[in-house]
Amino acid sequence: MADRAELWIFLLFAIPLVIAAAGVVAARNPVNAAMSLVAAFFFLAGIYVLLVAHLVAFLQILVYAGAIMVVFLFVIMLLQLHDQDMQDAKLKAMQWGGIIGASGVLTVVALAIQQAGEIHWKAVPESFGTVKAVGMLLFTQYLLPFEATSLLLLVAIVGAVVVAKQRI
Amino acid sequence: MAPYQPKSDPKWLVALTLAVALTVPFLFPVLILLSMPLAEPSGGGVTLALRWLGNVLGTDLSGPVAHDVGTAVVLLLIAFLFINFGAIFSGICVWWERRIAGRMQSRIGPNRQGLGGFLVWVADAVKFLLKEDLVPAEADSLLFRIAPYFVLTGFALTFVVLPFGHSVVMADLNVGVFYITSVTALVVVGILISGWSSNSKWALFGGMRSAAQVVSYEIPAGLAVFVPVLMAGSLSMQDIIRAQGAAPWDWFIFRNPAALVAFFVLFTSQLAEANRTPFDLPEAESELVAGYLSEYSGFRFALFFMSEFGNIWVMSALATTLFFGGWQVPGMPAAAISALKGTGAWWGWQLVSMAVFAVKTLLLANVVIWLRWTLPRIRIDQMMTLSWKYLVPIGFVCLIFTLFWQLGVGAAPGLELASGVALSVGALFVVIAFFRRVFKNVTDVRGDAIDLSNW
Repeated sequence: MADRAELWIFLLFAIPLVIAAAGVVAARNPVNAAMSLVAAFFFLAGIYVLLVAHLVAFLQILVYAGAIMVVFLFVIMLLQLHDQDMQDAKLKAMQWGGIIGASGVLTVVALAIQQAGEIHWKAVPESFGTVKAVGMLLFTQYLLPFEATSLLLLVAIVGAVVVAKQRI
Repeated sequence: MAPYQPKSDPKWLVALTLAVALTVPFLFPVLILLSMPLAEPSGGGVTLALRWLGNVLGTDLSGPVAHDVGTAVVLLLIAFLFINFGAIFSGICVWWERRIAGRMQSRIGPNRQGLGGFLVWVADAVKFLLKEDLVPAEADSLLFRIAPYFVLTGFALTFVVLPFGHSVVMADLNVGVFYITSVTALVVVGILISGWSSNSKWALFGGMRSAAQVVSYEIPAGLAVFVPVLMAGSLSMQDIIRAQGAAPWDWFIFRNPAALVAFFVLFTSQLAEANRTPFDLPEAESELVAGYLSEYSGFRFALFFMSEFGNIWVMSALATTLFFGGWQVPGMPAAAISALKGTGAWWGWQLVSMAVFAVKTLLLANVVIWLRWTLPRIRIDQMMTLSWKYLVPIGFVCLIFTLFWQLGVGAAPGLELASGVALSVGALFVVIAFFRRVFKNVTDVRGDAIDLSNW
């Protein structure tokens, strides 16, 4: 019973996710592409929630749909790209490269799923995906990558300040 | 000259209007309370309802598909009730704010439609619905049309975790507070898009200002939220309330000096995130026409305003949950509550807890409205300075102080009680001083009579 409801909810998120992701690529206007990306992030978060990974789902919305997309939109709106500029870029070559790359990934994923055979799902413990469980993993098993990432972000912030200060 | 004589003294009409204004929006949480058993995932409420419906219709509705559809219908019904609560609350809030504004500016305010002008919000809503829905010729029509729904969704999604009472909460998510901060991000996207797609410089400026403002103030707000989260050891809204007590000295705001500061940081940041005065730069009438709203009319304009006024409830309810003890009632510890379960008094307790929560939230909402009519709008550079140079560092200091404070409380548990009693007595003196001042101002103006004839 729960499986069937889960399938419906999965489709409810997955189909719009694919449509929105296609919209990011197909949209002519960069703002429309960015908006499709926001929609895609939200539907992706829905799938995370379905996988009982609430923290990841809402981190994703907060960081990507909230902060990063706002910066994207800012940049797009301030740059005011025109169609002429878009055609000057080597769009054709990029499109072909994208098609080849995407179909390659699709083939690998399809083959992997085919070879995995029948998957026996394991029930996750009650604490799975909670803030506590993720925090425990982050500060024990993955402490080094965590600290390395924060150092990387610090370098990025200092770099941004240096670049901005030169112009002031 | 003869002393001023009020023409009439409609005490009862005023009391009646206020009673209606207070009751109508809260009918919806009561309806949600009544439909809560249906929404229990394992309670079998849906099964029972389907069996009853099957008997009435004379068909068998016990199949799994009927159960799924029934659950979906119940969830849609509850979502409908929540959105209607938001709409009705913001409508009545508009009326209340206009009346307060009138009083504060020594004028009358809307007092024609219905008792005390109470029906003015219905009139406004009907007017918005009947107006033409204009889309500027040069606007990006799809994004222009869709933007208000982003704002509305960002506002409505918060009701999933906002508690209304002891059991009236849709989903007590493990990441509760964090969920609220993340879904409200959708509002910024909506505002930015509405500003850009209008293809008007005023709207674009408004949208840009709003995005800059919200992104900046999200940081101090997030830091301030983490102070009660640290004290409760949980992000879940209900757990945070359960970790507090009913008495003022058991509230988080007084149990830790840093929490008192964090409350003001959070409150200021939320005013800015909701674009309320003194942070209403994005829609500054005197500079930007109406900011990102300039080109909107009719129903879409109403959606923006509904979210903006509904946000007063959201921000006040969040502050009540995090700092003011939520729905906790004196003399009702957790054991007493669970003893009530299964008896008729259970429903009474639910109503009492909802009333306590609503009263606290409405008091805070009133402060938000007072601030709007008291403070002037600040400049954009002052707005940025306030966030980055004052609120963010203060937020960090509060966070680190709380870490040490929690260590201290672990060593000496009396610390929280001492701080709670000291700070709540201080707060009591502030409240008494406030009421003495108000009383003095009233008596200075007109002896002891309050003129209600123009109400």
